Amino acid sequence: MTRMLRGIALLLCTGLAGVVQAMPDIQSWTTDKGARVLFVAAPELPMVDIRLVFDAGAARDNDQGGIARLTNALLDQGAAGLDADAIARGFEQRGAIIGNGSERDMAWLSLRSLTDSERLEPSLELFRKVLTKPDFPKADFAREQQRMLAGLQFEKQQPGTIASKAFYRNLFGEHPYAGNPSGTETDVAALSPKALRAFYQRYYVARNAVVVIVGDVSAEQARNIASRLADSLNAGEKAEPLPQVDSMDAGRDVFIEHPSTQSHVLMGGPGMRREDPDYFPLYVGNHILGGSGLVSRISDEIREKRGLAYSAYSYFIPMQRKGPYTLGFQTRNDQRDQALAVLRETLQTFIEKGPTPAELEAAKNNIVAGFPMRVASNSKISEYLAVIGFYDLPLDYLQRFTERVEAVTAEQIRDAFQRRVRPEHMVTVVVGGPVATAAGS
Amino acid sequence: MRGLLALVLGAFASAALADLAIHEYRLDNGLKLIVKEDHRAPVAVSQVWYKVGSSYEHDGITGISHVLEHMMFKGTQKHPAGEFSRIIAENGGEENAFTSQDYTAYFQTMEKSRLPVSFELEADRMRNLALPEEEFLKEVQVVMEERRMRTEDNPQSLTYEHFNATAYTVSPYRTPVIGWMDDLESLDIDDLKAWYQQWYAPNNATVVVAGDVDPAEVHALAKQYFGALEPSGIEPAKPRREVEQRGSKRIEVKAPAELPYLIMGYKTPVVLSAPAQSWEPYALEVLAGVLDGGSSARLETDLVRGQALATSVSAGYDAYDRLQTLFLLSGTPSSGNSVAKLENALRAQIDRLTETLVSEQELDRVKAQIRAGKVYEQDSIFYQAMQIGIMETVGLDWKELERYHRNLNAVTPEQVRAVARKYLTDERLTVAELIPLPIDPNHPPTSGGGGDVH
Repeated sequence: MTRMLRGIALLLCTGLAGVVQAMPDIQSWTTDKGARVLFVAAPELPMVDIRLVFDAGAARDNDQGGIARLTNALLDQGAAGLDADAIARGFEQRGAIIGNGSERDMAWLSLRSLTDSERLEPSLELFRKVLTKPDFPKADFAREQQRMLAGLQFEKQQPGTIASKAFYRNLFGEHPYAGNPSGTETDVAALSPKALRAFYQRYYVARNAVVVIVGDVSAEQARNIASRLADSLNAGEKAEPLPQVDSMDAGRDVFIEHPSTQSHVLMGGPGMRREDPDYFPLYVGNHILGGSGLVSRISDEIREKRGLAYSAYSYFIPMQRKGPYTLGFQTRNDQRDQALAVLRETLQTFIEKGPTPAELEAAKNNIVAGFPMRVASNSKISEYLAVIGFYDLPLDYLQRFTERVEAVTAEQIRDAFQRRVRPEHMVTVVVGGPVATAAGS
Repeated sequence: MRGLLALVLGAFASAALADLAIHEYRLDNGLKLIVKEDHRAPVAVSQVWYKVGSSYEHDGITGISHVLEHMMFKGTQKHPAGEFSRIIAENGGEENAFTSQDYTAYFQTMEKSRLPVSFELEADRMRNLALPEEEFLKEVQVVMEERRMRTEDNPQSLTYEHFNATAYTVSPYRTPVIGWMDDLESLDIDDLKAWYQQWYAPNNATVVVAGDVDPAEVHALAKQYFGALEPSGIEPAKPRREVEQRGSKRIEVKAPAELPYLIMGYKTPVVLSAPAQSWEPYALEVLAGVLDGGSSARLETDLVRGQALATSVSAGYDAYDRLQTLFLLSGTPSSGNSVAKLENALRAQIDRLTETLVSEQELDRVKAQIRAGKVYEQDSIFYQAMQIGIMETVGLDWKELERYHRNLNAVTPEQVRAVARKYLTDERLTVAELIPLPIDPNHPPTSGGGGDVH
């Protein structure tokens, strides 16, 4: 065993020294109407990925829960006089794929196409119409509204989703992040095409957009594509800054009864922003605590040592404002108090003592050596560009990522966790079958 | 997390490979190695595929292949429990494993110079797994939690499980990959040891490597690490061919839920069960594309938009299952519509396929998507390796991936109609309906709601 281990350790070192990390070369500019563009040339495959990201997620819902998502879903259901059938056919007969989605911060519309001009040209033109001339037809609105209501009903049969919604609600209180992107029945039922059109006109504007292009196109082609798309939007204004997320001044336990054999448990508090000064200590620290799958402490304690759950984890979602820090697992109802006690103790120990030197080194090796995989495909590069553009991260973010991970010390992690992670002020949500004791007590 | 490969009830899985060379080797001990070059990024994926999965299991030990997959991370003489994952993690690797009806596969994606790390560990656990009982006793609890999460508390999965158990009479596809809970409870470490002895050997495995590698070097590495492993006598699984169905079957599944759900399945041949050179499986793939190859396909156009009968609906068929399979239709009726109404609408779609030829325009759309998909798929080395692994492990070979495209492109409207007439018949049909029971006894679900499958 010793011999074999040494062999591997040696390989690790030579590997690290020998790796020249090919980072995507990002070109960036701003279109005439004010949209920021990020472009990476990837000539290896005859295809292109285009994505427009808007600050138009559910954080912009205000008192119209679900409007961001429904607006986004309606874009390709009727545009420039074309109906949903014609739009779908237009893309698919050329093998193009249109995508869309919206979460709390971002809303996006994407296109994947082959790059030969007989296919790319018409697909781009159709994409431009969907993006810039949506009609919000009444009948399509009514149907998608019904589907969204059905989706809300569907969520009620999923204990994990019930838990997640309650977690955000209790964690964020009055902050726009409290609401769920799928809205509520009352709010969704009250939406109208007129309201969607107003939302679209406010937020789907060039100054509120980031354009991402990755693929087999030249810089000049990318410029033309970006202008053609973004400059067909109104210039508009960037979305107003979101309010700060308040820290919690007390812990809170929530129990929701559900006829499931397992309890879904989520615990946490406000986490960090994308541009947080503590980003790297918190990121690397959490990697050790619960962010690296089976080898992380939480998984080791709950799954590997005790067999209590299939999945046990912790993660930050860094957002424009502090996103949630979430720790969780699912387990048989009668084991949930035991597992929750283990989770709390594991967190408490980590906050008090921080990582061991061996853990820190292992985590850095994992992140640094694994970095080439994060940018190994056009899809992954597109996702990174969207994040860099949307959160206004520096263009050398990827280049500098590993050195910033390497620079993190155990003391910085302990200090950041002690200041930022407050178990006594956390929300604990339990969704599951009835057991005599209440949540988390 | 390590787990089951999700069953895809969706558009047909189009398979593809580019023109870049694929290199194939066979070691003296029977291990097959296939290398696919992709030099876009300095990374490589290594996958080890074993010809064993739930369709190799017999009653009483269902789920054992998947439990064994979990146990493959629990140590050998050289590397005790947990060390496999720790070493891979230290090398920046992403690793996992998956079990399906027809295969069990393990993979690591790593920076390319780390390939020997993966080979050393995989070779070691191919023949030297320790299978300590105390680890098994914990891990089988983990699998039961996985089953609770995926199936027991998921009314649609529960319905699908009962649907399969009804549709198949003889075929081992009737049992769930994760196993029946009662079987999991009675498994013991000796069952696991016997299963490992029976199936884990170089002559029952295929190693697939895709990425920024030199095929000759990979071959040399494979010989170095896997070459000394002893082969064993592998008895092929019994055929257990499904008996001819003699009339439609129908079940209800009652479970706490908000929304009803419908699954329909027709017994259909696959490439391996059909006569050689048969075009039928390819015509069925195209038929699935006509119904559900995107938002402009018939099901979304007619049932979600046009008649607005369903909030979600899909069709799916996999020509590369090892045994005869099911052509599946599933969906949730929209608010105010019943499951019966959705079923009638789906049957009307089948009738239309048996009566009228699909249009050239629809066929062209399906073929355009296949062509484009062939390019898009190359953006993922993992997917490229996976396609090769599946082909090899079900008993075809990777060259089938090229035949697949040729054969799909050659499918005619007459052939689509012919397979619809021959296979999408009542005699071959099984229907399952999820009937929601109240989640909150004080607020029973409204009848005939609609749902979105997220």
